[in-house]
Amino acid sequence: MADAHHHDGPPAGFTRWLYTTNHKDIGTLYLWFALTMFIFGGLMALVIRSELWQPGMQIVTPQFFNQMTTVHALVMIFGGVMPAFVGLANWLLPMMIGAPDMALPRMNNWSFWLLPPAATLLTLSLFMPGGGPAGGWTLYPPLSVQGGMGVDFTILSIHMLGISSILGSINIIATILNMRAPGMTLMKMPLFVWTWFITAFLLLAVMPVLAGAVTMLLTDRHFGTHFFDPSGGGDPVLFQHVFWFFGHPEVYILVLPAFGVLSHVIPTFARKPLFGYTSMVFATATIAFLSFIVWAHHMYTVGMPMAGELFFMYATMLIAVPTGVKVFNWVSTMWRGSMTFETPMLYAIAVVFLFTMGGLSGLMLSITPADFQYHDTYFVVAHFHYVIFPASVMGAMCAVYFWLPKWTGNMYDEKLGKLHFWLTVIGFNLTFFPQHFLGLAGMPRRIPDYALQFTEFNQWSTAGAFLLAASQLVFIWVVVKCVRGGEKATDQVWEGAEGLEWTIPSPAPYHTFATPPTVK
Amino acid sequence: MFDTRRLVCALPRALAGLGLFLVSGVAAADYALNFQRPVTEIAADLYDLHMLIFWVCVVIFVVVFTIMFYAVFSHRKSRGAKAASFHESTTLEVIWTVIPFVILIGMAIPSTRTLLKMEDTTGADMTVNITAYQWKWEYEYPDSGVHFFSTLATPRAQILNQEEKGEHYLLEVDNELVLPVGRKIRFSLTANDVIHAWWVPQLGVKKDAIPGFINEMWTRIDEPGVYRGQCAELCGKDHGFMPIVVRAVAPAEFDAWVAAQKGVASAEAAQADKTWSREELIARGEKVYAQCAACHGPTGQGVPNVFPAIAGSAIATGPVDGHLDRVMNGKPGTAMQAFAEQLNDIDIAAVVTFQRNAFGNSVGDSVQPSDVKARRQ
Repeated sequence: MADAHHHDGPPAGFTRWLYTTNHKDIGTLYLWFALTMFIFGGLMALVIRSELWQPGMQIVTPQFFNQMTTVHALVMIFGGVMPAFVGLANWLLPMMIGAPDMALPRMNNWSFWLLPPAATLLTLSLFMPGGGPAGGWTLYPPLSVQGGMGVDFTILSIHMLGISSILGSINIIATILNMRAPGMTLMKMPLFVWTWFITAFLLLAVMPVLAGAVTMLLTDRHFGTHFFDPSGGGDPVLFQHVFWFFGHPEVYILVLPAFGVLSHVIPTFARKPLFGYTSMVFATATIAFLSFIVWAHHMYTVGMPMAGELFFMYATMLIAVPTGVKVFNWVSTMWRGSMTFETPMLYAIAVVFLFTMGGLSGLMLSITPADFQYHDTYFVVAHFHYVIFPASVMGAMCAVYFWLPKWTGNMYDEKLGKLHFWLTVIGFNLTFFPQHFLGLAGMPRRIPDYALQFTEFNQWSTAGAFLLAASQLVFIWVVVKCVRGGEKATDQVWEGAEGLEWTIPSPAPYHTFATPPTVK
Repeated sequence: MFDTRRLVCALPRALAGLGLFLVSGVAAADYALNFQRPVTEIAADLYDLHMLIFWVCVVIFVVVFTIMFYAVFSHRKSRGAKAASFHESTTLEVIWTVIPFVILIGMAIPSTRTLLKMEDTTGADMTVNITAYQWKWEYEYPDSGVHFFSTLATPRAQILNQEEKGEHYLLEVDNELVLPVGRKIRFSLTANDVIHAWWVPQLGVKKDAIPGFINEMWTRIDEPGVYRGQCAELCGKDHGFMPIVVRAVAPAEFDAWVAAQKGVASAEAAQADKTWSREELIARGEKVYAQCAACHGPTGQGVPNVFPAIAGSAIATGPVDGHLDRVMNGKPGTAMQAFAEQLNDIDIAAVVTFQRNAFGNSVGDSVQPSDVKARRQ
């Protein structure tokens, strides 16, 4: 497959990774980076859960607790989930559309290498005088204006992460529009390609908005502006509008690529074509569109006009329709299939099941008057973890199990994979299901200490968090073991797998599709 | 630290609670699984709306996943299932787009009705102004001029696990918000520093308190009782330590309470003109200092690089003028508030005197309420 004019293998040593323009190398870098940040963010979650094991202040101070909730969220979103899916896109998009590499390989290298310094800045913020950002990942002013130098580190870090995302998105769009193999029309593209295509547009649209919001915050902090300061004629609520105009599409940035993954995994193990390909594409596009007109449902309690409260309620409820279409399509794909349950399929089924729970609690939250009671409680914490953890984190793990044999040429250890799956599902539910009850019963989120009636469920949650964290050690072990060897994978890997990436050898050669395949 | 015995005890209880929750929403209140018992019409409406939507979600969930798990158990290769090849059905796709849409309309109607009712603050019998601070609430009754601050009453020793925690740990305050039952009360809500949110679950009332904005909400409490809530919007380090306690009483009792509060205020005003001894001032100042302790610490050590120490500070051991100025006017751009608006002359004089003669500071002087009064003009 390799072109005689190109080098066949990668150069050796560290410079291979530093200078690489190869989409597979860059994908690998992104994935290891994401795993590292996932561990880092997880450790911070354990600090949070340890402090919440029982009432009273035991381990950390309230100020440090707030830093942990803030940095945990930023690290998981910008360091964990987003890079994980960009890594998957790098590895998979060229192989799925029959392209030799990404359209802009040098920029690809740069968008990855922006991440480690950005993550370093964010981490360093915790060691600045006054500590890291402690106003929540939403950085609401005026609270975030009070913070120390750590907040400035965070703002600069967000800028770098944002630039990286924008460059990555441009690359993905350029690749998809220009590099498809002959015969692969848009409506023949695999769904992972489609969901990433739409996600990339979301990123391009909203990352600059976030950059604008945090820049205004920076000038409010240091350069005498009063964008968000009422004493200078500014408006603290303006920040929330701008932030959530970014923040809501961001939610779909985190989950849409995972929906794409499910649309590969479920048909493969059901040995049956995906049900409703066209409606999947349109449902994804509809979700993306709706994501731009629902932002204020994150801020029903700020005191909006009635017309605004009603509009955002109705628009938010509408998201249930295209999301429902996706779930129904996945279930219909399984219906009358010939299913087997290897680890990726277990993950896919769990994602559909758990994500739907998060979706339904989201529907409850969309109801404005009821949201006045749910808002800023643990019910919200439970809701968004039921959305992000299953869809984004378990979705990414599903993808890793599914394509790891293609990347490494070795099958992973199926027994360990299943062990990891069951421990993760049990740990996750034990951690987050009780939080629904805590929220309904009146426990606010982001508090380091709580009233006595909340003790039992918090202990469940903490126990679950430690189980969930410990089970990720199994994941690391499975991945490392698979990279180092194992039963050889076939080219197709899975009996029901279809798509260009399964036509090339396992492991995928350093250069693939130097001559484009023809798609019928 | 990990009390396994307690966890084991909690397990069957929580499971029983889970069962009850599914059987009866109301009984579940005892297990803290659902909304607290509503005591206003709006809170009851919200509870019903919440349960309605919850059950709709449960039904959808059960239907969808019964189908999925039927497929998972029956249509598996190990049972010899052969894969079908269908992959679209316009009829099905139209049906499952339209049905959710109809369900949503069914949800939107009662939701809109409740929202309109909830946001209708007209026709109120009385108003209470609420101002949020880091980390306390100020309540003002404009009709009678009664006005006070409400802060956490839980002793620090309980928070630090040095004493056994009381029944209302973290949900108790020094001055409760007293309200009459059966009257429509309009709240007008703002904040002095950062965004907070005033929330009492049993009243079904929550809204953000935002500096520079005045938000409105209302309640009409049906039954006398004590209702507890907390700040719901992250507002800094003591966000978890600024509870709200409402005491709802019969209207006659409320009127008597207002009269008593006015009496306390005028007695206080008379005291402001007398000359206080240093010991009296220090004794009183120690109590007032609880407000300062939120940032500057119970022993005046502050928090390094965040909140300056009072022990040995240049201001608290320097000229009285500078000290009074900082306490009364605050320091703009920081969490240090202008306490001239929050404390009366006696309290300011007392707390300044206390700070100058505590934590190892020994300036030895004192400040009289009349000095504070003079500075106000």
